[in-house]
Amino acid sequence: MRQAVAVHDLSISYGKRPILRDVAFSVAEGEYFVIIGPNGSGKTTLVKVISGSLKPQTGRVEIVGRSIEAIARRELARAVALVPQHAPVDVPFTTAEVVLMGRSPHLGLLSIESREDMEIVEQSMRFTNVEHLARSRLDQLSAGERQRVLIARAVCQRAGTIVLDEPTASLDIAHQMHIMDLMEKLRREQGVTVIMVSHDLNLAAMYANRILLLNHGKVARIGTADEVFQPGVIEPAYGCSLLIDRNPLREVPRLTPVPGEFTGSGPVK
Amino acid sequence: MQSAPLLKRIIFVSAPLALVLLLAAVTGLFVGTTDQSIAKVLSAIISRGCSNSTVSEIVWSIRLPRVVLAMLAGAALSLGGLVFQALLRNPLAEPYILGISGGSAVGALSGILLGFSQLWGLAFFSFGGSLAALLLILAIASGGMILRKDSLILAGVMVNAFCGAIIIFLISLSSNTQVFNILFWLMGDLSMASTTQVIILAALLIPCSIVIYSFAKPMNLLMMGEELAGNMGLNVRTTSLILLLVTSLMVSATVCCTGLLGFVGLVMPHLLRLLLGPDHRVLVPACILGGGTYLVLCDMMARVLPPHGEMPAGVITAMIGAPLFISLLWRSKR
Repeated sequence: MRQAVAVHDLSISYGKRPILRDVAFSVAEGEYFVIIGPNGSGKTTLVKVISGSLKPQTGRVEIVGRSIEAIARRELARAVALVPQHAPVDVPFTTAEVVLMGRSPHLGLLSIESREDMEIVEQSMRFTNVEHLARSRLDQLSAGERQRVLIARAVCQRAGTIVLDEPTASLDIAHQMHIMDLMEKLRREQGVTVIMVSHDLNLAAMYANRILLLNHGKVARIGTADEVFQPGVIEPAYGCSLLIDRNPLREVPRLTPVPGEFTGSGPVK
Repeated sequence: MQSAPLLKRIIFVSAPLALVLLLAAVTGLFVGTTDQSIAKVLSAIISRGCSNSTVSEIVWSIRLPRVVLAMLAGAALSLGGLVFQALLRNPLAEPYILGISGGSAVGALSGILLGFSQLWGLAFFSFGGSLAALLLILAIASGGMILRKDSLILAGVMVNAFCGAIIIFLISLSSNTQVFNILFWLMGDLSMASTTQVIILAALLIPCSIVIYSFAKPMNLLMMGEELAGNMGLNVRTTSLILLLVTSLMVSATVCCTGLLGFVGLVMPHLLRLLLGPDHRVLVPACILGGGTYLVLCDMMARVLPPHGEMPAGVITAMIGAPLFISLLWRSKR
């Protein structure tokens, strides 16, 4: 199977502070890949590099076999679509207008959207269940609705890989599940590669094919939920006690944090 | 849903705005400090070139260039406001408030003092001044990478005040008769319009507007934040640079002809955004037409309101624009 994204020896630092150190992994096409790790472990920086908004300082990033720096911006936009962690909330564009923007890497500067583009817009809105909001303004939607609009925009871009940075962060549990299910559907029905940053370890265990645990800018462990959610791996990374048993719904581990045993995440050796 | 309708919408919005602009411009020909009867002006317009009467002279070489200058300056400054508001994602941004106009005026005055008198030469100096002001406010306002909303406006106001002082300083030192009119530079005045000046300004502004229009879609993407705009295939840095340069050029050429007209870039962009929504493909032509109308009307008020003589058009634009600025600031604070 081809690699949707391959990262080789990637290091990034802001000033003198190292953010990512010798990160290496690859994501297969059509994989549901979740990146986890404590706050400040470099997850968002990694997403920025994969989505092309930050250049790798050392090391290489390949998108479907080609170095990311050799790919033109618009072409990269047709390969990787992004749902950022902080999107503007105060823009007065309507849902339909925002989703339609996802077509811009497929269009010229002055060209007007074709019938086909409009159909893709409608499909994308239907896919994330926001078509009834087509005429509502983005700044008047609820958090869950807004996130689904931004996902529809990314879906509308028709990229082979979709990258989401904490898409479920401010959502209630039903909306969280909805978004996780949507991504699974996108992967299964359209073969899209899903790369998601998440803080919800149990959701990650239930949905991810593989999980990458980042800690202090380094890859602490990469593998299936069973391989990553080992007490000796996950506890020191987050710096708290976790009870690990089996998820009653699926054959995956389940984590329960133990109150009162925070130690703080330590540096990797 | 709106593919063909976009073209239709642009025409639907632009046609009535163009009609209003035309009406305002024609009315502007009939209004002035010397009272001429409507019939006289009408006959002067119709018999262009045939009669050499005073009325004909007033209409063709004083009022017409003045009305056209008001149209051009209003369009350029409104478009400037629209671009700065999108680019800096700040509803209060506007060439005058940001100090760009002030920098242009200082540049133009320096050009005059160094002996340049042609508009082309002055526009060059003025452009330099506007870029210096732009760099200065961006440097002051950017703590690290992020432009903070308030500090940008604060920096602009300070640069503006500084430029105002330099303008008076330069004019006070100079014995050059060309810079004699302090009020012209500080308050913005359209009374010194000449036909050649207007033609040169139009030749500069039209290509600039076309460039800006071609960036209407990227401006929409920029509203979604730099990260998303970049992910949608936009080269954010190059786009911002081109837009900043073209807009500064447009503003500085305008300032050479009109002095500092405050707040013109605030009124029309906000009013039109309220009426037409945020799509720049509609807003850019609407701002050009609406901005032209706005300044023609302001200048008309400046000519008609005083019982004797007239006042600078900048007085009117500031009296309308400053309260709007305060209400926008108040609204953004909540």
